[in-house]
Amino acid sequence: MEKITLAGQLFQYLITGLTVGSIYAMVAVGFNIIYNVTEIINFAQGEFVMLGGLIMVFFHVTVGLPLILAFPATVILVTLVGILLDRLAINPIRQPTVLTLIIATIAASILLKGTAMFIWGKDPYDLSAFSGRSPISVFGAVIQPQYLWVIGFLIVIVIILSIFFNRTIIGKAMSACADNPDAASLVGINVKQMILLSFALSAAIGAVAGITVTPISLMEYDRGAMLAVKGFGAAVLGGLGSFPGAILGGLIIGAIESFGAGLISSGYKDAFALIVLLVVLFFKPSGILGSIEISRIKRF
Amino acid sequence: MTFRKIAVLSTICLFAIGLIASPALAFKGAYKVGALFSVTGKWSFLGDPEKKTAEMMVEQINNAGGINGNKLELIVYDTEGDATKTNLAFKKLITQDKVCAVIGPSGSGTTMAIVPVAEKYEVPLVSCAASYKIVHDEKTGKPYKWVFKTPQTDTMAAEAIYTHMKKHGISKIAIISVTSGFGASGRSELIRLAPTYEMTIVADEKYGGKDSDLTAQLTKIKGTAPQAIINWSVGPTQVVVLRNYRDLGMVSIPFYQSHGFGSRKNIELAAGAAEGVFCPLGSCNIAELLPENDPQKAVTMAYNKNYMAKYNEPLSSFGGHAWDALNMVVKALENVGDDKAKIQSYLENHIKGFVGQHGIFNYSADDHNGLTKDAFNMVVVKDGDWALAD
Repeated sequence: MEKITLAGQLFQYLITGLTVGSIYAMVAVGFNIIYNVTEIINFAQGEFVMLGGLIMVFFHVTVGLPLILAFPATVILVTLVGILLDRLAINPIRQPTVLTLIIATIAASILLKGTAMFIWGKDPYDLSAFSGRSPISVFGAVIQPQYLWVIGFLIVIVIILSIFFNRTIIGKAMSACADNPDAASLVGINVKQMILLSFALSAAIGAVAGITVTPISLMEYDRGAMLAVKGFGAAVLGGLGSFPGAILGGLIIGAIESFGAGLISSGYKDAFALIVLLVVLFFKPSGILGSIEISRIKRF
Repeated sequence: MTFRKIAVLSTICLFAIGLIASPALAFKGAYKVGALFSVTGKWSFLGDPEKKTAEMMVEQINNAGGINGNKLELIVYDTEGDATKTNLAFKKLITQDKVCAVIGPSGSGTTMAIVPVAEKYEVPLVSCAASYKIVHDEKTGKPYKWVFKTPQTDTMAAEAIYTHMKKHGISKIAIISVTSGFGASGRSELIRLAPTYEMTIVADEKYGGKDSDLTAQLTKIKGTAPQAIINWSVGPTQVVVLRNYRDLGMVSIPFYQSHGFGSRKNIELAAGAAEGVFCPLGSCNIAELLPENDPQKAVTMAYNKNYMAKYNEPLSSFGGHAWDALNMVVKALENVGDDKAKIQSYLENHIKGFVGQHGIFNYSADDHNGLTKDAFNMVVVKDGDWALAD
């Protein structure tokens, strides 16, 4: 095996950093969608990713559906879980305060994790890579095709969401709820429906993240918590409420983790991203792309 | 007759029938043994097979008439891998359940948390955890009087690996380990023993137990061009590291796992990335591969068969540690009854040449682990299954 050059190593760190970062970005986008419409942080976001991976294993491996059918089936099923979360845990709360709702999402995440443990046990599960495992060699770094799928899906999601929020009526209605729910309901937007839609969308995006990452790093029932923490960190880093911020935040955190582990010390990998987060927040409390005015209006 | 009289009479009749019917299952008395296993929580892959093994053994023993006519009662508490819960459960076993000995806990951290308690209450404890610190009191340089353990020490695993490497002319190695107690202990043993086996460590990387991507660490290792890589962890990361190792195109570098790799499930999950990987394993994992005249062949084949028959899943290496622990305690009970001091003395002085799942045990006052590095067989993964390595 030829020795890998420093440039090759750096490029490798960058690629894997971007791949992992794409997952964090997807989780962060999920956080933002719900936060924008409801001002709550959905702590069950990581569980959507976990469910996406495990349910895909169920459809593709256990039931035997081909990839092209199992993928949408999984996304639909996880979206249903998201809808149930809203209908059963968020909607019924009589006097919703931000704190109460956040606690409801924490409870939901524990419940989902426990249910997953009963159904799938504690073992990690595997999925076959979408287009095989023969690595592509670029500048001495090795890229697995599955990494490209992950980054590719992130790009697709970004494009779809941009079109949705900027060009469709429903998307604009959701943005309106984000800006001012009272005014939005005054112009006839059903805010409760928008909240439901936001949970559904977040769940769907989480599911895509879970499906695409499982062939790389397996999936087990308790992966959700760590992903939620890092995804939330990414969302805050990029500016809570800003979609480009979420993408940027996720990619930055992924890259910092990768470079930090490779160049400085692998034992402290988790600390690097969080240290950077703290430093950025110290200088710009609303996050990199966040806006001071918006963060003042929002209660959180 | 009044309803009341009928009720009283029928109750007396039922009791009488019960007394007449019970002699078939009557035992003279009962020996109570406690067990602390991490049945749930992140170490459940240790505690669950250990609990299943122990319960299977208890059932077998009681069906055969118990120990000298006494029923063997196993009281199992789930530590959930938490040191505080282990401590509380251990005290409960001693003070409330009044057991004569305890097997477990499953992990090194939880065991170390109760070693002082065992010493204080003078209860024999046979742990199923690996760290050498369990049977080595730093202050006296000797084992703790009341604490024994059954798993091979990580020192022996490291020695087995280094011996194999030396035989194959490897001297420049990279280590990657998890930051848990198990990983840290293994890593420090590898570093300590490296000079003895003339090994140069060119990379020393670490990762967390829940990390899902180890390519950064492996890329760094790739940059140092080692002749072999040793990974020291237990749990899903053992598989992730293999997949990343394959994904990065590093399969030409020989890869060694720790003894934590000992489960066919891991080979399966590695999706082909485990081919050619070396690993030190206790004999119970490769029972079918042992030659007929191997002293451990009979007990390991029997355990394999019984476990599969009862639970319909292949045995786990870790269950074997519970088998060893419980059977040693049972042997002590058979010979000296349930006096705690006598059990301790029996274990220390009379466990010689005890054929267990993971080796042949010889306990003594200076050695409460009882094994040597021969307790490990170097095994290689071939065609998705274990094979003896040359």
